[in-house]
Amino acid sequence: MSDVTMEQPQVADRAPQPRSSLRQPRLPRWAPPAVAITAAAVGVAIGLGAGLSSRIQWGLIAALLFVLGMYGLAARVEGRRQAKDRLATSLVWVCFLIAVVPLLSLAWETVGRGSKVLDGSFLSHSMSGVLTIQPGGGVYHAIIGTLEQVGIATAIAAPVGLLTAIYLVEYGRGRLAKVVTFFVDVMTGVPSIVAGLFVLSFWILMLDFGYSGFAGSMALAILMMPVVVRSTEEMLKLVPNELREASLALGVPKWRTILKVVLPTAIGGIATGVTLAVARIAGETAPIVLLVFGSQVINNNPFDGAQSSLPYYIYEQWAAGNEASYDRAWAAALVLIAFVMILNLVARGIARWKAPKHGR
Amino acid sequence: MAKRIDVGGLNAYYGNHKAIEDISMTVEPRSVTAFIGPSGCGKSTFLRTLNRMHEVTPGGRVEGKVMLDDENLYGPGVDPVSVRRTVGMVFQRPNPFPTMSIYENVAAGIRLNGGRVRKADMDAIVEKSLKGANLWKEVKDRLNKPGAGLSGGQQQRLCIARAIAVEPQVLLMDEPCSALDPISTLAIEDLIGELKEQFTIVIVTHNMQQAARVSDRTAFFNLAGVGQPGKLVEIDDTARIFSNPSVQATEDYISGRFG
Repeated sequence: MSDVTMEQPQVADRAPQPRSSLRQPRLPRWAPPAVAITAAAVGVAIGLGAGLSSRIQWGLIAALLFVLGMYGLAARVEGRRQAKDRLATSLVWVCFLIAVVPLLSLAWETVGRGSKVLDGSFLSHSMSGVLTIQPGGGVYHAIIGTLEQVGIATAIAAPVGLLTAIYLVEYGRGRLAKVVTFFVDVMTGVPSIVAGLFVLSFWILMLDFGYSGFAGSMALAILMMPVVVRSTEEMLKLVPNELREASLALGVPKWRTILKVVLPTAIGGIATGVTLAVARIAGETAPIVLLVFGSQVINNNPFDGAQSSLPYYIYEQWAAGNEASYDRAWAAALVLIAFVMILNLVARGIARWKAPKHGR
Repeated sequence: MAKRIDVGGLNAYYGNHKAIEDISMTVEPRSVTAFIGPSGCGKSTFLRTLNRMHEVTPGGRVEGKVMLDDENLYGPGVDPVSVRRTVGMVFQRPNPFPTMSIYENVAAGIRLNGGRVRKADMDAIVEKSLKGANLWKEVKDRLNKPGAGLSGGQQQRLCIARAIAVEPQVLLMDEPCSALDPISTLAIEDLIGELKEQFTIVIVTHNMQQAARVSDRTAFFNLAGVGQPGKLVEIDDTARIFSNPSVQATEDYISGRFG
């Protein structure tokens, strides 16, 4: 503010035109990065000087300095409203970094450690005949298990979830819809171990079936269903009512309207929702431990006998507790992340391919 | 093709709220009938009762009868779906299907109904409908481009093409020009003039000049107060409504001395 008041009389002397109240001093564009670098340097200096051992503490000090520094600087140069704006902006940046740093370090760590033993042989061999302390062996049986269990779970949960969501959005009125919504909400909160116990008591203890991939799939389907219902419901609600009315006014029956107009319009979002649900269940371990039992050998039949799966395999190798098994656990974690990532890319591909078109 | 509509003692409700009360009128075939009146007086609601679109709204329900020639649309055993195939509708905001191309949009009425039409026949129907909607020249080279990529006025004419492609007897238009610029409005008004050769047309409009320009007969709706149901005040030849209406309220509304 002080610069402005100093300039004002000069301007008034030179020309009689009134001072523009729209212009204000601004921080240069390089100011935020400069403050960030300074804050980081000071943070490191304080950390070293005070003998703080944790790098996290250094980072937090630097983040705090950055936020305060930006606010103070902006308050001096730009005025209070701009300072608040800068404060919010720098807080958003700091939060973004706090969120992204663990994510990147996780990816970095997994890729770094996992790529050590990840090769064609690891992907194409099982642990059959390999002692856990030996290097070698592979993840093939676990990949088969995960693909089959998740595939069956999706085949059960996706149609049921999709149809439930269609019922809730397009048809559901009154009490039944409220009850269904309530139970979907309750199901969303069911812990995976409880779903596993339910299938265990129902399928294995009461009906006396053995451990199998299919038993695990049922528990996974229970976990997946509410996620599919929720996301599909939101996507269907986004379809403008005008499109439904346009179709109905053409004399198209309601079920065809839903099938040919509503679903195609929302298919991108629905595919994304289903994929996210798949990603969620692909990492479930608890029901697998209870229901699929785990195995060292390849079992291609999900309906009979124990199988393995990627999260179970990671758990098992980690529990074995030696160098070779740790390597295998990291490599399997990398495979699992890659699997989920590929699914996400596929969903994005579908979403882009099916999205409403706007080109001329 | 065109049919006469005879409405008798029609009430329409949203839940417990009565939106329109005791409406009786006749809509002549091969003519344009305009509905005018203040916002909230039930013009659109009434229009939607004419092809059973009112009951699509949750809580929407209708009493009374709507005779299409000699068939009651609300008679027992009448399928709303076949009613809507006979009585087409164009909405206030252009609403082409965003996932479909221009061609598919026009063909939608037939294809979505599961009609199996040969490619050559479908091409002919699409061309005829687009020509009927005065859009053919503008889009004939890009029929496979998305319908949502057209301008607002073109989209609205695409919606009209879509509606006439299923060859309805009656065409209902709910403020079809309110989202359009004057040039597109003119294009649509010209189109209405041509379409009335084949169809019975009912148009809701807030633009009284438009009602005077395009319609043969005009109905004035009004409501007694907030929360009261809308009523038909009078229906007469457009020229008479705009020069010498028989009810004072109509004259007040038309001359701007409303209230």
